[in-house]
Amino acid sequence: MTHIAIADQVDESAHPKTFMAKYIWSQDHKVIAIQYAITAIGVGLVALVLSGMMRLQLGFPDQFSFIDPSAYLQFVTMHGMIMVIYLLTALLLGGFGNYLIPLMIGTRDMVFPYLNMLSYWTYLLAVIILLASFFVSGGATGAGWTLYPPQAISAGTPGADAGIIFMLVSLAVFIVAFTMGGLNYVSTILQARAKGMTLMRMPLTIWGIFVATILGLLAFPALLVSAIMMMFDKLLATSFFMPAILSLGENLEHTGGSPILFQHLFWFFGHPEVYIVALPAFGMVSDVIATHARKNIFGYRMMVWAIVAIGALSFVVWAHHMYVSGMNPYFGFFFATTTLIIAVPTAIKVYNWILTLWRGNIHLTVPMLFSIGFIFTFTHGGLTGLMLGNVVIDLPLSDTYFVVAHFHMVMGVSPVMVLFAAIYHWFPKISGRFLNNTLGKIHFWGTFLGTYAIYLPMHYLGFLGVPRRYYAMGSSDFIPESAQTLNASITVSALIVGVIQLIFIFNVIYSLFKGKRAGSNPWQATTLEWQTPQTPPAHGNWGAQLPVVYRWAYDYSVPNVKDDYIPQNVAPDQVIKRNNENEQKTATDGHS
Amino acid sequence: MSIFDKLLEKPWLSNDVIATEPNTETPAKTAMLFFLAVVTVIFFLFTITFLARSQSADFQALSGEPWLPLNQSGPLWFNSGLLLLASISLHMAYTFSLKKQLNRLVFALAIAVIFSSAFIIAQLYVWQHLANAGYFIADNPANSFFYLLTAMHGVHLLGGILALLSVIWHFYQNIELSVLHARLKLCAVYWHYLLLLWLFLFALLTSSASTYRAIAVFCGF
Repeated sequence: MTHIAIADQVDESAHPKTFMAKYIWSQDHKVIAIQYAITAIGVGLVALVLSGMMRLQLGFPDQFSFIDPSAYLQFVTMHGMIMVIYLLTALLLGGFGNYLIPLMIGTRDMVFPYLNMLSYWTYLLAVIILLASFFVSGGATGAGWTLYPPQAISAGTPGADAGIIFMLVSLAVFIVAFTMGGLNYVSTILQARAKGMTLMRMPLTIWGIFVATILGLLAFPALLVSAIMMMFDKLLATSFFMPAILSLGENLEHTGGSPILFQHLFWFFGHPEVYIVALPAFGMVSDVIATHARKNIFGYRMMVWAIVAIGALSFVVWAHHMYVSGMNPYFGFFFATTTLIIAVPTAIKVYNWILTLWRGNIHLTVPMLFSIGFIFTFTHGGLTGLMLGNVVIDLPLSDTYFVVAHFHMVMGVSPVMVLFAAIYHWFPKISGRFLNNTLGKIHFWGTFLGTYAIYLPMHYLGFLGVPRRYYAMGSSDFIPESAQTLNASITVSALIVGVIQLIFIFNVIYSLFKGKRAGSNPWQATTLEWQTPQTPPAHGNWGAQLPVVYRWAYDYSVPNVKDDYIPQNVAPDQVIKRNNENEQKTATDGHS
Repeated sequence: MSIFDKLLEKPWLSNDVIATEPNTETPAKTAMLFFLAVVTVIFFLFTITFLARSQSADFQALSGEPWLPLNQSGPLWFNSGLLLLASISLHMAYTFSLKKQLNRLVFALAIAVIFSSAFIIAQLYVWQHLANAGYFIADNPANSFFYLLTAMHGVHLLGGILALLSVIWHFYQNIELSVLHARLKLCAVYWHYLLLLWLFLFALLTSSASTYRAIAVFCGF
């Protein structure tokens, strides 16, 4: 493996000295990761508040004067877009990807630190443009997060003048930022691994991030292309997506464009996006489960192959989002089949997590609780996905709350559970202190039970036929009065879950200063990030000498070994056997 | 070791430093390959949308009949020549950096920047020519795609020129010749790629309606 120029550099003068160089214009992957994480969580909180306001209207219709139909649609749209792209994608890849890649593969930094810094600032620009759209004339776009034309850019849709432009520009800027970051992640993983770190010795976290990044690099262009073409339609009156249309009694200038074309482009991005979010989560939860069950991950190779297979398959399922848009029935059959096939590698992963837990030495720490919670929520979301993947079941359930409940379970709650698991798990490395355990458990149970209180009844509403995105249901015969009561209870649950997240925020801030000190490897984990000479890791990560890797990432509870874990950088002759403890390890330094 | 062999490794069996083959790739080269893949996907998707849209009733191809503006594609051939010269001179610059012929290197770099800029200006001239002939962007999807795709290609070339200018600036800061050499190689690869991309777009945008029909039928649109 080649080592990049920075790899062997121990020159003290290369470390940034000033506050600005260290924390603002930083090129250190760990600082950039924290910048990404704070920005993503900040904008995610905005989206959380938006969902709360949406729920207020749905639970208690017309009680709140500040939620008119336009505002409601804007809340729905911005909530969706922020959560999927600006929170989940940015936090999983920009945040955890940045922090963990160099540490877990044993290098000093990303291979292009300057590009990495540029990636963050471009991302921040995208977030600022997005948030600015709330304040332009007409407000943010209310087209729904899928931004389907013609309504997204037609008069009558909230934000159809300026809001949609801000949204499209922000997405384009985000994609530029992601591409800069993504090129960095794949190049670093392929070219800068520590000596001995073969591809199959990489922790699953890195595999998940690696494949998700490749998905992102190949899928985001579809969003870019559709954003550019829609911008042309809006600003230059072209007709890529806009058909001949009568709007507010007037013929528009457009002719002959194809709205379905946009949908294909959007979902060619949109479906891989689900896995851009899911794969890093799959990887991280695997590592958390193995560490806290003190057992090697079950079927490591299968887990890697499943990640790769899911990544490849995710590009051939997109049109299952479009069964009701009108397509050749044979296409429906094809996409239903591929959709069901993707369940196979996904199910392998779920079985392997459960089999890893089986007869493990399970420590019910907060990260472990969130990981087990994830297995529940992901299985539930995945099973409803199997239902919706079939054309005949999807048709009546399309655009109902069943779909909303499905995708919130599978790509809302589930990745968020993993994100919390990951934050509780890696916080001791990032800050040197534990998060408070009691607060963590309250946070877990509130969030876990609360999300079920929100989304289980929502499935039922969907079966009744309650449509999504409607500001008010009006009086429909097929919607009984009890649906309204259920909606009110969902709203109360949602607000409680929202407030419970404040406990988490408090816990992070409190523990940053007052938390119990953690030491360098508090979970007794095997992966390299826990073996750094300093905690939190210093600039350059590894002190004078880079680690050398001797084994895979899952040597937990190895028979006849004193400790129940062997870090990846421990040489075979340094492993302390159980029955000759006093003989100690040999004096030779394994770093040859 | 092929990628399949690597993925078949059983990592739990060996506890030793596995001897790895010397890696000849540099991170920058890897990043460039992935970047070219990203750009390829972007233009692949534009092409798909173009072919799909070309089958609508209101689509009027810009070439194929004597009176259509791109039927006489002389100016576009001229522009292609400019880009070809830029590409060749960058390749020469790369060879000169290998032979450490610095004077010629400076000359070749200057030529490359000039020809690349000339290509962009000449493309703008083609736009002006089209507009003067009454072919505006919103009149017809074929026009829209012509302006859109040439603009996207131009933006990618502009990005390349900025990168090349930064290499030249570093050259004047006396960076090591080996570093300069590696960077020029990447620039040359990018220019060759953009040349091939342009030739593809050229062929796509100046085909006749019947060609689009044949391709669309073949692709199942």
